Amino acid sequence: MGLFAELRSSISRVSASLFADDSEPKRIGIYGPPNAGKTTLANRIARDWTGDAVGPESHIPHETRRARRKENVEIKRNGKTVNIDIVDTPGVTTKVDYSEFLEHDMEKDEAVRRSREATEGVAEAMHWLREDVDGVIYVLDSTEDPFTQVNTMLIGIIESRDLPVLILANKTDLGESNIQRVSNAFPQHETIPLSALEGENMDEVYEKIAEYFG
Amino acid sequence: MPETTSEGGPGDGVQIDLISGARMSGKTSMEKIRMILDGVRDGKIVVLETGLTPDEESKLIEVTMTEINPDDFTGIEIESFPQSETNDTSLLGRLMGKQSSSKLTVIGPANQIQSLHKDETLISALVSRK
Repeated sequence: MGLFAELRSSISRVSASLFADDSEPKRIGIYGPPNAGKTTLANRIARDWTGDAVGPESHIPHETRRARRKENVEIKRNGKTVNIDIVDTPGVTTKVDYSEFLEHDMEKDEAVRRSREATEGVAEAMHWLREDVDGVIYVLDSTEDPFTQVNTMLIGIIESRDLPVLILANKTDLGESNIQRVSNAFPQHETIPLSALEGENMDEVYEKIAEYFG
Repeated sequence: MPETTSEGGPGDGVQIDLISGARMSGKTSMEKIRMILDGVRDGKIVVLETGLTPDEESKLIEVTMTEINPDDFTGIEIESFPQSETNDTSLLGRLMGKQSSSKLTVIGPANQIQSLHKDETLISALVSRK
């Protein structure tokens, strides 16, 4: 995105906040590839501001197979209160092979059932993105190469819908974390580093949530 | 899509369909997606001269997910170059965020095509038979 597209995005963000109905919470979708730490982040936000979790976390891909919503999360930053619904979505992919679940000590029937639920979940996540979210938190595992087709497509879809998007480079607690690589992949957007698991840099994340979605 | 004139059967190799922008231009989003998925499910590699719009890409992912089944279809591999921003360099075009949707896109069955390398100017993929 060039300077003018960036300007257009800023104007759309400001006008969206000017004309928004503040009484209704914004629905903020947490998107990203499988195993980026979306549910860990959703749980971190929900626990910090409501005391409850959103859903179970796991190292097995596609643990989240249904979009899950945590309503009325009030985030207070710099004297401002932002009211959002967090929508934790299944990791987006273009392929699901049940045999990958067999590597996690699952029986075939369970692996097939899980892969079927995962495909339904991804389809549902895409539908939410087109119809039902007001903004996106895009979570990337900063130890992985961000320059993938799914990431490029998803960011393109989000930009084409003029949705405000906050890119988070997660898992900074791991030695292989490379925040610069994430920034370089999407230079048109600001990248915020964090460890959702350890709670590192959450203050900046909340400031940016208030700035982008408030 | 008409069959190729090759005398070889599907078992002899991998069929690649290069689809021009002109062929896609009159089609609706769902017609494009159906054409792509029908080809890919037949084991073909589909190369689109002009790619898909972001909305069509979103629908392609959604429809692909509904068609995955454990017995014969594990999904798609898709690669395209990043959206070019330089096609419309006029001030008005840039102000309006106008971008060409033209981007070469390669789509194939996930179990037959594997991306080896991708950057802004090169996509390298390994294609295997079923």
